[in-house]
Amino acid sequence: MTAPSRQGDPAAPLAPAAEEIGPVPGAAGQRRSRLSLILVNAIPPAVVFIVAVGIWQLVSYVFLDPSRRFLLPPLQTVIDQSFFTSANATTLLQGFWTTAYLALIGLAISMVLGVLIAIVMHQSRYIERSLYPYLILFQTVPILALVPLIGFWLGFSSMSRIVVCVLISLFPIIANTSFGLQSATAPQHDLFRLHRAGRPRMLRSLWLPAALPAMFAGFRISAGLSVVGEIVGGFFFQKGPTDLGILINTYVDELNTPVLFGSVIMSAILGVLVFWLFTGLGRLVYGRWKE
Amino acid sequence: MMTVMFARGRAGNPAGQGLAQATPGESARLAFRRASLTFPDGTEAVRDVDLEVHRGEFVSLIGPSGCGKSTLLRIASGLLEPTSGEVRCDRSDIGYVFQDPTLLPWRTVEQNVQLFAELHAMPKRERAARTAEVLDLVGLSGAESKYPKALSGGMRSRVSMARSLLLHPSLFLFDEPFAAIDEINRERLNDSLIELFGIEKFAGVFVTHSIAEACFLASRVVVMTRRPARVSAVVDVPFPYPRTAGLRFDKEFVEITRHVSSLLLESHLADSREASSS
Repeated sequence: MTAPSRQGDPAAPLAPAAEEIGPVPGAAGQRRSRLSLILVNAIPPAVVFIVAVGIWQLVSYVFLDPSRRFLLPPLQTVIDQSFFTSANATTLLQGFWTTAYLALIGLAISMVLGVLIAIVMHQSRYIERSLYPYLILFQTVPILALVPLIGFWLGFSSMSRIVVCVLISLFPIIANTSFGLQSATAPQHDLFRLHRAGRPRMLRSLWLPAALPAMFAGFRISAGLSVVGEIVGGFFFQKGPTDLGILINTYVDELNTPVLFGSVIMSAILGVLVFWLFTGLGRLVYGRWKE
Repeated sequence: MMTVMFARGRAGNPAGQGLAQATPGESARLAFRRASLTFPDGTEAVRDVDLEVHRGEFVSLIGPSGCGKSTLLRIASGLLEPTSGEVRCDRSDIGYVFQDPTLLPWRTVEQNVQLFAELHAMPKRERAARTAEVLDLVGLSGAESKYPKALSGGMRSRVSMARSLLLHPSLFLFDEPFAAIDEINRERLNDSLIELFGIEKFAGVFVTHSIAEACFLASRVVVMTRRPARVSAVVDVPFPYPRTAGLRFDKEFVEITRHVSSLLLESHLADSREASSS
């Protein structure tokens, strides 16, 4: 059994071996390659964006009769009415903050609950075997079908929306953390067994640190789902603080499609922001050591 | 805290009574008595191994790869128990260097080296002093705050050695620790190991399938057969420690390596004959 990651560098005998680390490419060469890397990564999506906007405008101006243009208003109308009309912009921004705030509370609860459940399941094979089928089953129930029930049970308040966030974002965290807790290798376990370390110690010093990357993969997925959950909650309940869900419903009723598109854009921006937030947090936590 | 443990085989030892006259050295740091191990799936890995290793002695186990040498080390360390026969070994201070460096990637070099100190609750001040000492011994001073991903294969092996050295082991088990490292670096690591052996005076057991490595390190080379592993021959390597790199070119030393090589071939051929006749 050989580890593919190993490569023999000149290893100094008993002398300081600090300079053994691989060669550092010249700063200039690196900068040039980084620039070309950015270009390679940026140009294709930019092309797709331009094509998509082109099709949008084409449909709006050429295919749609002016009387039916509200179905797909031109992009500049959307931007102008949503973000450069002061009243609408203020409302949208307020909805954005409410959604962000409640979604993050829901996500925080999911993170704590999800990690705890995964740890409990990891402690005993029997607990895992008894819980797992129901987790899968629960995952297959469309949350949309549960949302009205949650409203009946808990009222149409912010709390119910947070519950929807938790329900929709819990599973990926449990699944990914469970997977991560099993990622420590057999020889790593031997290290601890050799010194008769107990399970609490192994959890703290082996299983949890090894699980961090997978755990954060779960957080990233769930962050976006939590935003979706909050909007779905607001959309259904139509009560409590005004969020993007309530706004979307309102603009649908008013047939105000330009600002409806504006709220969809705001939702998408929020989704991307939370995804980036957890990508960044993950890098902060394990970026230094992850191979 | 020198507690001597007797790990008795689960299946008991049919020849247990006869052991009294076969125990010349109660002082042995590690002793196998007719130790055998058969895995639950029926694979016989080790058969009737008798072996003693004393403090200040360095024994190399050599044999074809996959023959069960590593299993023998796992038995010595207590990670596995023999299914019959006995293993006498004080498990309170064993150093065990695995085939793979097995570093924890989320810990720096220094934190990796301190792992066992944490598991045994060594006082902080002693921990810091001993860490600096072992890192210096393996030539890693200055790399304390690096993460494993920034280290070469050779450096990782050194961290793994330093980690095992931390608790002053009196028995050191090496499971082909340098198998994946190129020849030049492997020789350098062997030079370092010999130097360490001179300083720390442990009992060493080194599993390898490199004849040159086995002879250079060991005071005794034990040639093993193919699976199930049995002792097929024992060769003394009567050169004093500390040994230096130049020994590799000594005429007498080369002769010994040639001898070990022929023994290994013999045992290999005998196995093949046995396999084809049965």
